Order: sequence, then structure tokens, then C-alpha cells
Amino acid sequence: MLTDITLGQYFPIDSVIHKIDPRAKILFTLFYIILVFLADSYVTYGLVALFSISVVVLSKIKFTVVLKSLKPMLFVIIITAVINVFFTSGTEILWSYKFIKITKTGVVNAVNMALRLIFLVVGSSLLTYTTSPIMLTDGIERLLKPFSKIGLPSHEIAMMMTIALRFIPTLLEETEKIMTAQKSRGADFESGNIIKRAKALIPVLIPLFINSFKRADELATAMECRCYRGGEGRTRLRVLKFGIIDLFSLIIMLVFSILMITFGVLNI
Amino acid sequence: MIEVKNLSYFYEAEEGTPEKVLDNINLKIEDGEFVAVLGHNGSGKSTFAKHLNAILQPTDGYIYIDGVSTSNDEMLWNIRSKVGMVFQNPDNQIVASVVEEDVAFAPENLGVKPEEIRKRVDDALDAVDMTEYKNHSSHMLSGGQKQRVAIAGIIAMKPSIIVMDEPTAMLDPIGRREVMKTIEHLNSKYNITIILITHNMDEAVKAKRVVVIDSGKILIDNTPKNVFKNVDMLHKIGLDVPQVTMLAYKLRENGVNISDDILTVDECTQEIYNYVNKG
Ligand SMILES: Nc1ncnc2c1ncn2[C@@H]1O[C@H](COP(=O)(O)OP(=O)(O)OP(=O)(O)O)[C@@H](O)[C@H]1O
Ligand SMILES: [Mg+2]
Repeated sequence: MLTDITLGQYFPIDSVIHKIDPRAKILFTLFYIILVFLADSYVTYGLVALFSISVVVLSKIKFTVVLKSLKPMLFVIIITAVINVFFTSGTEILWSYKFIKITKTGVVNAVNMALRLIFLVVGSSLLTYTTSPIMLTDGIERLLKPFSKIGLPSHEIAMMMTIALRFIPTLLEETEKIMTAQKSRGADFESGNIIKRAKALIPVLIPLFINSFKRADELATAMECRCYRGGEGRTRLRVLKFGIIDLFSLIIMLVFSILMITFGVLNI
Repeated sequence: MIEVKNLSYFYEAEEGTPEKVLDNINLKIEDGEFVAVLGHNGSGKSTFAKHLNAILQPTDGYIYIDGVSTSNDEMLWNIRSKVGMVFQNPDNQIVASVVEEDVAFAPENLGVKPEEIRKRVDDALDAVDMTEYKNHSSHMLSGGQKQRVAIAGIIAMKPSIIVMDEPTAMLDPIGRREVMKTIEHLNSKYNITIILITHNMDEAVKAKRVVVIDSGKILIDNTPKNVFKNVDMLHKIGLDVPQVTMLAYKLRENGVNISDDILTVDECTQEIYNYVNKG
């Protein structure tokens, strides 16, 4: 089912991770992604795993939900791993058949890439799971603010993201409705080759597209009725303040980074 | 108070002459009134509604909201925060993914201070009885609940007037009932002026005053009882009357001598009871 996609979904739960300042959380996630790419040994992967699992536990998000976030990425992960296994040259050959060679470096690289992608997806999904879209876009807006001096429309970017995130579930629901309606009239989305299936989707995409324009028009009017006039002079329900939880998470993040970097430098 | 004076409006046609949609409308609505606006499809109801908060501005004539003309661009935001507007499709009015964040949207735009926004959001959610859903994600709610959130989003601007353009048209019967209850509550408890555009005659009966628009002109402006008496005339311009009123009308046609201004089932039962006991 389309609506199973948890992309960009937010789970309103009361947890410490939810309470971290969104700006800090976005920066931490970026840091985490860099650190994940530093990992290349049992110890460092162990550390990343320990860190990630602790964050999931603290966030009170169910593990099944987190695993589900990997599902749409599974294909990419497998392809990357396969490419790495078969197309990495190395000296230590584990197995060969005619021109196909599997080297030790290849296998190591494949495992490395797969693990990194998994942690990457888990980390970034956790960001959206634990941060409400408004907080997320608020955080992005404020982080981008310094760049608005050089002409970056930080408020507009944030507003577009807010609306996109708000409408993802609505549009998925609508797609499913249209597909069901077409199926009940005998449309077939599952059989045939790729071109045939893509063609079958046209009668779904056209009404979806047209409806989206109507929605956009109505939404724009509704926003005007609610006195929307751009980012200038706008205030916020939530004031972002650097609190005790942020300090605590910063310390933990620093410790994690220092450990990762030292292990990396020492080659442990 | 709303004062509409000689309001006419033309939509710019792509070619040929512009199309006249509103034709010399004059109307006065006092604070705290509950007015229903009826008219068949394309009669100009939505166009009229959009004039009340300056989404559209008159081609001819004036609209004054508490003495301020909607053609005065400097007062635009003042007018829009005074006259709230709720539309048919709740999905296309909700901007944020979480209920309370959506309700906060308008006061945020108005530059209200954070503590005050908090208070307005809580009050608005309380007024539509949605407090327990404040942290829910908006797309998981039922249609009626979504529409109440949309109404709360308007109430957070502290408007003295709310214009509703067919707010129940996309809802199931339960949703309709919830929303109607909320509307009546806002009118009676908070004394907010309500202008309700509807195709549902049973909802129109709840108003104190009914305005019928036909081809951009005001045809009738009277109490529900006096409006729905005119069954033949309403039928001629493509409008229905409430079911009980229709029943009473048919009975009268067949010689049953009962009153001609019946609007509710109770009134109807009473009248028929009296009639039967008399005869
Ligand atoms: N943007 C527009 N451009 C040109 N003509 C328009 C536009 N919007 C509405 N009209 C025309 O104006 C007339 C009145 O439309 P309006 O939407 O006000 O009617 P309505 O009474 O709200 O109808 P409904 O009951 O269907 O909502 C219609 O004939 C319509 O075709
Ligand atoms: Mg309309």
C-alpha cells in the first residue's frame, strides 16, 4: 500500500529526542552522517550501532517502524552492495569464475557501503520521525537565515517544505483512491512490461495533477484569508531556546565524535 | 457590522464582454447575526463571500466592515483578521501537519507574541471542542474534525465575523452535525456574526435570517419562516425547501388546512395533531 510509506512522517511522542532543539537536531544529523562515513572497523561500527540504537530507544519509536523506513531503500542498498562485490579490484581473490572475480576488498567494501547506507537512512528517518514538520522547517529556516543576506529565500524554502510535507499523505491517499476507481473500471496496473505499466499510470497521474492545481489554488486563497504575507514580521508559536536537553545532547554528540575520530586516526 | 452598498462585480472574460456576477447588491448585517445565504449553483454566492474579506474587491459600489472600506488596501490585513473565511474542503485549508501548529498559522502571520499565540490556540481549540487532538496529525482526523480544526484556525485570528462557504458540503452526516453544532455555538456563546452559505435547507433553517441570491441579485431577505413560505418561487429558481415544509405544503395543496410556515418536525407534528383533533 502506498500509504505505508513512512517518508517524512512524524510520530508525536513525548521523548527526550523529540524535545531537542530542531536546529541542533538537524546539525547533529549532518554530523552523524559524516561520522558514519568514518566508520570502517568492528569497533567504529559497534560504536555507531550503539549510538544509533540508544537514540532509537530514547526516542520511544518502535523498532519495527525504523526497520520499515529501510524498506524503500532496500533496493538501492542491495544494488550498491552487488556493484561493490563484483566490480572492486583487489589482490586477494576469494572466488573467481572466468572473468568474474570476487576480491576480499570487494566484499569488505560492499559490507561497508551497505552498513553505512543503513545507518544513514535510520539516522535521517529518525530526524523526521521525532521532529514535527513545522519544527523541522523552522529549524531549517533559522539555519539558512544567515544566507538570506546573499539572496537565499530561506522563509520561502521552509514554507514550501512545510506544505510539501503536509500534502504527502493527502496526495498518497488520493492516488490510492484514483487507482482503486480505475481498477474497478478494469484498469490493470500490475501486468505487462514496464512501458505498458507506465502507460496504465497515465489515467491516474492526470486527474492527480489537475486536482493538485485546484488544491494549490484553494490553499493559496485559504492562506491569504489567514493573513499570510511572507516571512516578514511573522512570529512563532514555539520559541527556540537552548535548553538543558540540548546541552546534554551536545555533550553526548561531542563524546561520540571524539571517540569516532580518535579510533579512526588510531586505525582501531 | 457589515454594510454592502450597490455592490457589482464583473469577472474579466478572456474575450468579449466581462461577465456580470454580482448585480447591485445592498445588504446590512449587524453584529452577532446568523445569516444563511442560499442560491443555486453559479448564482454568485462564493463571489459575494470573497468580497467580504477583500479577497475580491468590488468593480462598483462599496463594502464596509465596521466602517472600513474593503477597497482600502492599507486596511487589508485588519479586514482579513476581522472577517474569517472557511471553505468547503478542509484538506485544502490546513497548512501544517499537526493540529495546534495549523491553528497557530494565522496569529503567527499577524505577528502575535508567542505567549499570546499559545493562549489563542488553546482557546480556539476549546471553542471547537478539539483540545484533546491538539497534538494529532491533521490528516488522520475525520472530515468533521478537520473542518473544526479549520474553523479553529480562523477563530485564532479573533474575528468578529466568520463567512462559511458550504462548510459541510464534503462531510458525512455525523461531520455535518458536528460542524453545525460548532457554528451555532460560536454564534450564541461568542457572539460571532455567522454568514453561512449552504445548499442544505435544514442548515439554513438554523439561521435567524435567510438571504436568497439569484443571478447575482438579492431576491429575498427575510426570516427563515417567511422565506420558505414561498415554495413555488424557490422551486422556480432551483432551490428546495426543508422536507417538513414540503410535506406541509403538499398537505395544504390537498386541502389539509395547516400553517404555511412550518420549518421543524416538532412544529409539523403539533400542527397535524391540532388539525386532526379539530376535525
Ligand atoms: N475565476 C472566475 N473567472 C471567471 N468566472 C468565474 C470565476 N469564478 C466564478 N465565475 C463565474 O461566476 C459565477 C458565480 O460563481 P460563484 O462561484 O460565485 O457561484 P456560487 O453561487 O458560489 O456557486 P456554487 O453553488 O456552485 O458554489 C459563475 O457563473 C461562474 O462561472
Ligand atoms: Mg460556491
